[in-house]
Amino acid sequence: MSDKTMSVEEFASTIESGMTVGIGGWGSRRKPMALVRALLRTDVTDLTVVSLGGPDVGLLCAAGKVRKVAYGFVSLDSIPLDPHFRAARESGTVEIAEYDEGMFVAGLKAAAQRLSFLPTRAGLASDVLTMNPELRTVTSPYADGEEYVAMPALRMDVALIHLNRADAAGNGQYLGPDPYFDDLYSMAADRCYLSCEEVVPTERLREAPFQSLLVRRMYVNGVIETPRGAHFTSCVPDYDRDEAFQREYAAAAKDAESWSRFEEAYLRGDESRYQAAVADFASTGTRSA
Amino acid sequence: MEFTRAEVCVVAASDSWRDAGEVLAHAVGTVPALSARLARLTHSPDLVLSDGEAFFMSEPAPLGKTAADGGVVEAWAPFSSIFDILQSGRRQSMMGASQLDRYGNQNISCIGDWRRPKRQLIGVRGAPGNTVNHRTNYWVSRHSARVFVERVDVVSGVGNDRARANGGAALRFHDLGVVITDLAVLDYGPDGRLRIRSVHPGVTVEEVQRNTGFELDGADAAETRAPTSEELRLIREVLDPKSLRSREVPA
Repeated sequence: MSDKTMSVEEFASTIESGMTVGIGGWGSRRKPMALVRALLRTDVTDLTVVSLGGPDVGLLCAAGKVRKVAYGFVSLDSIPLDPHFRAARESGTVEIAEYDEGMFVAGLKAAAQRLSFLPTRAGLASDVLTMNPELRTVTSPYADGEEYVAMPALRMDVALIHLNRADAAGNGQYLGPDPYFDDLYSMAADRCYLSCEEVVPTERLREAPFQSLLVRRMYVNGVIETPRGAHFTSCVPDYDRDEAFQREYAAAAKDAESWSRFEEAYLRGDESRYQAAVADFASTGTRSA
Repeated sequence: MEFTRAEVCVVAASDSWRDAGEVLAHAVGTVPALSARLARLTHSPDLVLSDGEAFFMSEPAPLGKTAADGGVVEAWAPFSSIFDILQSGRRQSMMGASQLDRYGNQNISCIGDWRRPKRQLIGVRGAPGNTVNHRTNYWVSRHSARVFVERVDVVSGVGNDRARANGGAALRFHDLGVVITDLAVLDYGPDGRLRIRSVHPGVTVEEVQRNTGFELDGADAAETRAPTSEELRLIREVLDPKSLRSREVPA
């Protein structure tokens, strides 16, 4: 088995402007934030982001990296809306494809199965069809003759996911209560980058139940060890969402000056500087200069 | 017996789960969550409760908390399974609404033109799929003409007029039940339009009409039933001792 481990910088250098990037997790839960932060430090732009979105979408929008977002929702969970995504929408700076969550999942499944679409009832008679005028319906060829939405495949150039553990070959393990759709993302993309709390020898993957082995190495191109790499989103059981820091993030979005102070404190340096600044915030409740 | 408006709402919402059968209760908000728990403890013991995360709970976690904080897990149901379950129909929802029109078209997506909204909201989330797959009820904590509007800006949850116009797969399992608000219980007449089923104790039909942006038939409006003493005991002592309900519906 080949060793696919790489640094966050090596990962970031593989992403090109104009790509379609899928981001795993759900809302403000187990998002590959270290990978997102690495993208913020590149000059990549014009991305199409496919996500059941949280602060991953917000940060990329705030940094002007995004041309279009395909989503079922964008939420910070304990804070209903991501302020940057909201600002991007209200100023009209990003294009969108807003889908029903179930449609979004059907699109992931179609992409993973190399189908052009999958039929679903969700979306029928709603304004999802108005907001996405390219969507078509499909009529059952059987006696029932029912008409469904033909949800197109959400195929991606790359997918980014974050799990608790992985081996160097890219076998990924989640230890929390929910896999979300990270296995589908890995299969729906031409390339997948898996960040994790800890890279472990393959034998150690057996320490947790078999059912926790979610992602298979044949879908993974790079493995990046990023301890606390989902911060400030949750990565249970390694850590919960950092609610205090998430509030800090959301509050900083209120005006340009606050946001540039936040960027200076947390986003200008590399991942280790970010983690150090967060540790500082945790101990003092304020940001370091 | 003394009771609060919030308690009337919980009990009215609880009645919406009657006869739901052995299905997953999807409840968004404090009053809906309380109502499903109350239903489970009273008239609907087969109702299936979730912790809002990945577990079904035979004994629910404390209100607003998850299985990590207590209760008894009876099944594992990550998000991926929820979309399978809702498409199977073994689910019933009580969702919120930022806007709702006379046919029960619901909006939670954005306010204004969706191309460049005045106010971005949460997105359509699961509302389009929920409404064409299983019974959907709504909870409106502040009944006002800003919520009950002539036209919603983005149809997220599908209303009766649109489902009927579709006539096919959108109508087959479409089933809007009631709208519970802090003033009244609304249901749908044979024409698919909202009407007043009952007004809460202390509320008049005129007050409901004044706070609704379209005309409601209130001719047959009754008074919403008062909570029983057993329901009040369960709400106050067992389900919501910290009275989170009064934050959603102030006294």
